[in-house]
Amino acid sequence: MVAPQQQKLRVTGPVAITGNSLAEGIVVWRTADGTWSRRMSDAAVVSTSEEALALLQMAEKDGINAVGCYVAHVATDSQGRAKPLNLRERIRTEGPTVALPGQV
Amino acid sequence: MYIYDQFDRTFLQQRVAEFSDQVERRLAGQLTEDEFKVLRLMNGVYLQLHAYMLRICIPYGTLSSAQLRMLAHVARTYDRNYGHFTTRQNIQYNWIALKDLPSAMADLATVGIHGIQTSGNCIRNTTTDHRAGAVAGEVDDPRVWAEIIRQWSTNHPEFTYLPRKFKIAVSAAEEDRAAVLVHDIGLRLLDDGNGRAVFRVMVGGGLGRTPFVGKVIRENLAPEHLLSYLEAILRVYNAEGRRDNIYKARIKILVHELGAEEFSRRVEAEWESIRDGYLKLDEVAISDIRSRFRYPDFEALQDAPSELVAALMNPAFARWHENSVGRHKVPGYAIVTLSLKPVGGPPGDATAEQMDAIADLADRYGFGEIRVAHEQNLCLPHVRQKDLPELWRELDAIGVATPNVDFITDIISCPGLDYCALANARSIPLAEALTERFADLDRAKNIGRLHVNISGCINACGHHHIGHIGILGVEKNGQEFYQLTLGGKADENAALGQLLGPAVPYDGVVDVIERVVDTYLDLRQGEDEIFVDAVKRLGVAPFKERAYVAD
Amino acid sequence: MSLIKDDRKVADIFTRIDNDAAMPESGSVLVTAERLEAEWEALASRADPVGVIWPNNRPVVDLAPYLSGLAVVALVFPIFRDGRAYTQARHLRERHGYAGELRATGNVLRDQFLMMHRAGFDAFEVTKPGDDDAFTEALRRYTMFYQPAVDGRQTVLRQRLHSRGIG
Repeated sequence: MVAPQQQKLRVTGPVAITGNSLAEGIVVWRTADGTWSRRMSDAAVVSTSEEALALLQMAEKDGINAVGCYVAHVATDSQGRAKPLNLRERIRTEGPTVALPGQV
Repeated sequence: MYIYDQFDRTFLQQRVAEFSDQVERRLAGQLTEDEFKVLRLMNGVYLQLHAYMLRICIPYGTLSSAQLRMLAHVARTYDRNYGHFTTRQNIQYNWIALKDLPSAMADLATVGIHGIQTSGNCIRNTTTDHRAGAVAGEVDDPRVWAEIIRQWSTNHPEFTYLPRKFKIAVSAAEEDRAAVLVHDIGLRLLDDGNGRAVFRVMVGGGLGRTPFVGKVIRENLAPEHLLSYLEAILRVYNAEGRRDNIYKARIKILVHELGAEEFSRRVEAEWESIRDGYLKLDEVAISDIRSRFRYPDFEALQDAPSELVAALMNPAFARWHENSVGRHKVPGYAIVTLSLKPVGGPPGDATAEQMDAIADLADRYGFGEIRVAHEQNLCLPHVRQKDLPELWRELDAIGVATPNVDFITDIISCPGLDYCALANARSIPLAEALTERFADLDRAKNIGRLHVNISGCINACGHHHIGHIGILGVEKNGQEFYQLTLGGKADENAALGQLLGPAVPYDGVVDVIERVVDTYLDLRQGEDEIFVDAVKRLGVAPFKERAYVAD
Repeated sequence: MSLIKDDRKVADIFTRIDNDAAMPESGSVLVTAERLEAEWEALASRADPVGVIWPNNRPVVDLAPYLSGLAVVALVFPIFRDGRAYTQARHLRERHGYAGELRATGNVLRDQFLMMHRAGFDAFEVTKPGDDDAFTEALRRYTMFYQPAVDGRQTVLRQRLHSRGIG
């Protein structure tokens, strides 16, 4: 869970590009048709560092819609759609692991 | 309480207008993220895991009830109904949208609050003891000097693009509760022996990757020279601080690499040319700032009024009174700490409802004044002792009267991986689990004063290096592990904690801490030897021996 | 590139001369620090104005001996958030009494114009489209300034005392 922007890029499995939406800061995932989706299952999944870098570069050029983009390792379901692999992506997808104050 | 006037308000309005324009230009694509990021940081806007985070400045931890109500309003209107109080006397909102910021900041500005310079490579919030102006034994109210520093450092034309962030703290009591020794500049106001107040100046303290205790570079600085001296320090840092590596860019690295003596020589050389210039503080300037601080109209009261004495027959009230109420310098008054560390809850948070209720209580019982402690609790600094029983009932009703201040469950914690993009591990659920293990009040009281500090990464926002027990989250093979240290101290005898042993997986931390605590209880020289003193006496070895052995 | 001076766009009469380029016989020239130090005698005897581009990692005290013969000192912001030139600017204006043109070059953006102006810059090389037109507005963003600087703008304290008839 070292902050991904500080890691060197080493693709060891399926990855996707993720960031936060500019206007709201909500977690978004880069899709195959070059847009952003709030659903992780919509993410374009690749498995080589060349493809990942290419996707990341396209995503970063799109600085008007998403910021803080990076390459995230993901797990995939039976249809090959992305789902969280590690705790960080699980937290980004599902929210904090603790109840918010005032919540029951 | 500092009273903002039309000039302060105009400045704030201009700041809000400037930032609103910058947000608009960013959303329209006229500013790149690289160009904008620095600007938004200087208004307190971070990007976290789930959303933007807005860090609002609470200058020297002092709030009016109107300001606290506005903090509640922002939580309710633009966020998820709560805020988090930080180790630098600020408040953070975790769910802010960028497009809402101009509106939120305009609202905050109406009561003189802002996020100016709470992030970025500039001079941050100058912090001090949350009991300033209420506790006995202060040479002067440090908040007056913190305000002088605040104004000097706000939108400073030369020091807005420093190599890295810059944090200043001031203390004026014998017991340093502002952790001045672990700040970039630490200032202690002391009596020079002849009844005059002078500053002892320390530089190069700090936590994070390379923690250091600050070095004294000037033993007694006359207050009129405060700003010119700070200017000289900042100027040397701005010109010579490293900019090639963000992990080596703080002033503590420059002081370390040059040596304190050489660093001091350069500061003094710079200072010689400017000490008698326009930054010299004359009496008119100091009096103006001082006059804008309003103090309560204290009544002439006695200590231990009958209402209080009678109420102390109630064991629950007595327990809270002994734990959370401190001596005030004025007879018949008291300093009340409001614990934001409920058992099983996230440390340092308050809901909008709690904030509103506390604002009301401050109006009724505390001259409308609230303080934020860097231990992430709140405080009502001026309460009549005869009002304590009533106040306690009301505090208890809103859940801020847990009698655990300074105890093991009064945990200081960063937000950690649940919120923060920099984190390696979670901190909040660990804090919650610890409070549950040690929930029993008698047990916590028996253990006594014990500061647990948790940081989710090496940036040390939880100040783990100076925790009596420090916990640092690290990542090993995709799992959360925690390094534990013992014996850190944040006060005038500041020290960094020593490593206990190998890092512990998440599931084992609470047990290890329990074994450390049991070791202390077995080996202490009576109840009066608090945990951190026992560690100093015994060293880490006896704790390490028992901490890692499973029952 | 637009050159802003005295709050408006002006033509830049100075030509930048590289280290290995031949020095023109006449005309206003901007040279590097190395060239300034190596060829000072020749430069000082030119009929037309001479200026220097001084790097942001050298103390301006080294530049002091040449100041009386310079019409322009250009300081450098390699990236806008590298703020060393602010200190250099203040040293030049306040310590060394430099009164000639002090020019901001490099990554000079509209959101830093006012800070630069306060620090003593009076000329700005602006390359980002649209920022030059925003100059006047940028300088009017604030009317309240807490700390004194060489720009002579009245501080909040002085305004406050003045409004109460003191000082």
